[in-house]
Amino acid sequence: MTERSYEKYFRQNRLPHLWCPGCGNGIAMKAIVQAIENKGWTQDNTVIVSGIGCSSRASGYMDFDTLHTAHGRAIPFATGIKLSKPNLNVVVITGDGDCTAIGGNHFIHGCRRNINLNVILFNNDIYGMTGGQASPMTPLGKKATTAPYGSIDRPFDACNLAQAAGATFVARSTAFHVQHLVKMIQESFDNTGFSFVEALVQCPTAYGRKNRMAEPAKMLQWMKDNAVMKNVWDKLPEEKKIGEKFPIGLFYNSESETYDVAYKKVIQAAGGIAK
Amino acid sequence: MILIQGNEAVAQGALAAGVRFFGGYPITPSTEIAESMAKLLPKYGGTFIQMEDEIASMGVILGASLAGKKVLTASSGPGISLKQELIGYAAAAEIPCVIVNVQRVGPSTGQPTAPSQGDVMQARWGTHGDHSIIALSPWSVREAFELTVKAVNCAERFRTPVILLMDEIVGHLRENVNLPTENEIEIYPRRKPKKTRAEGYQPYAPDEDLVPNIANFGEGYHIHVTGLIHDETGFPVGSPKVTADSIRRMHEKISKDIIEVQTEFIDDAEFAVLAYGGTARTAYQAVLDARAKGVKVGFIRLVTVWPFADEFLFDISKKLKSIIVTELNYGQIVGEVQRAVKGNCEVKLCAKYDMTIFEPEEIEEKIFAETK
Amino acid sequence: MKSEFTLKLDRCKGCGICVNFCPKKVLALDTLGKVYVAHPEDCIACGQCELRCPDYAIFVDKIKEATSQGTENKG
Repeated sequence: MTERSYEKYFRQNRLPHLWCPGCGNGIAMKAIVQAIENKGWTQDNTVIVSGIGCSSRASGYMDFDTLHTAHGRAIPFATGIKLSKPNLNVVVITGDGDCTAIGGNHFIHGCRRNINLNVILFNNDIYGMTGGQASPMTPLGKKATTAPYGSIDRPFDACNLAQAAGATFVARSTAFHVQHLVKMIQESFDNTGFSFVEALVQCPTAYGRKNRMAEPAKMLQWMKDNAVMKNVWDKLPEEKKIGEKFPIGLFYNSESETYDVAYKKVIQAAGGIAK
Repeated sequence: MILIQGNEAVAQGALAAGVRFFGGYPITPSTEIAESMAKLLPKYGGTFIQMEDEIASMGVILGASLAGKKVLTASSGPGISLKQELIGYAAAAEIPCVIVNVQRVGPSTGQPTAPSQGDVMQARWGTHGDHSIIALSPWSVREAFELTVKAVNCAERFRTPVILLMDEIVGHLRENVNLPTENEIEIYPRRKPKKTRAEGYQPYAPDEDLVPNIANFGEGYHIHVTGLIHDETGFPVGSPKVTADSIRRMHEKISKDIIEVQTEFIDDAEFAVLAYGGTARTAYQAVLDARAKGVKVGFIRLVTVWPFADEFLFDISKKLKSIIVTELNYGQIVGEVQRAVKGNCEVKLCAKYDMTIFEPEEIEEKIFAETK
Repeated sequence: MKSEFTLKLDRCKGCGICVNFCPKKVLALDTLGKVYVAHPEDCIACGQCELRCPDYAIFVDKIKEATSQGTENKG
């Protein structure tokens, strides 16, 4: 066969990756490099920044300049890179705990400032690396090692959060809808501004086993059965938006002045010389 | 000659040393540094950003440093506590950065914003795990400028976090000063890779001085940076040897030639007063007053607080009867001095922690007690 | 239409996603838990297995009859 062209974006000597059998992170990571390839970004002008957790291990497998930061802190690091070298394309890979719990404040402020970053959240509904504790995105009633009787914490909808905080591109897809996921990520790259894509990924080991979906394929099937394309979702009467159904697709896309562009005006006002 | 404040001199020093990125969060008594940088950095084409918190302020400067900028952040006790997480990251991932701590009374919100030197051990051990650190403590406005330059240079030379340990005394002190001119300042440039990828470049392979020449992001090296213990490739490895080698190198790479100590009247001294930072100003006055009365007392000032001047103090203590350690805290550096002198002389503490600064008389009292 | 499988078995973790989503039940897991092509003749080269393999361990290419025969003739 001809080697798949996306393989060149992986550090071949680091594969196979450390994720559990059936973990959706591998699907999402491939979707990112395919979107990078489609977009025509190069390995030299793209930087991958991640936090801590299962999802954030992705940076180590990707053959770019890569930065595996501290828990929750990917967005501040990425902000520093982007503002220092605005010509670099900066992709942030984060998880539901990393992004919306410990990194929640950085997330909303990254959106608010409109830093030109591309944030991809691998949402597996759980803290996988530490063995299955509830995250701020664990759905109500679902079990976790720290919610053994079912979670009573109301979860975040990270897409609504991003949009409310000022992100200029917001979309959601799943590990089942691979081509759609690639498309959403690629469109997020097209947006100049703080772009956010939530990629639902299955965690059969820490989440599935606790919630009667130990089979990875069953979890993907659940995504297939419950994800509703945005245009269909919008036409659904409220009484039909029930059970575990959720919308996927493009939720928001706009353009607004990014922080690095706005800062050029500051330099101008101060009488300085741009870098 | 200009009349400026210690905090403003830090900003001037940073710019002179080539700092072009500042991330910060407001906190008294350090805020003037952020305000000065907000005003001045864009004039130099640099970037100032006010972040959402102190952790983000550290994160943003580390990202900027990895992208090739010389970077600075500034804060005080409560903020410095928050920064500890990523100070450790900078130590582990070997990212040059300077953190200014304009100390105030703690713990917690403490006594805002009265002067203190209570963070001197935090500067050394604030973040978790074994790590090396450099901390410099100026006693004047001009020295605030000079040590900021030195801090930036040390950060770049050793690829390590450097703490500029200010205190409210020096931070808010206004003095008429001549700041060093451009050609009086030496600048240590960003280290560059000495090999190409094709030649087998390894980002974390140490150079002869034990410091790695890590490429900046965006230069085509495809490096991986992590806070996990890693080998020369930059990738994490669960190996006891790599772990031990990495922690050892992190300590040994900090060359002792950066340790700076100022001494006065030490040749005929029977005993000495040791101080650092703003307190050293009062201590020096006390020594002058005592000497005017014929007391043979010397003066030792730690300019570099960390790494500690162990060898210097061991040698000098052989000829001294005692050393009076003067500090604006419950007694922190006194323990280090005790350790360093290894019983050569007595070590006494002159501590103050009531939110007021020393009066020369308070230190003189201790000096005269030594003559009895 | 014929198809050619490439398996990178050192990457396969035996999660069974490819087996489950194959519409023609072409794939199976062996006793060691790795994927193998049980019924190659049934493959329609739809690529569902490759699409969702989280480990990039299975690849399927469409090959034209002629090329396929050519390969066989060589053997």
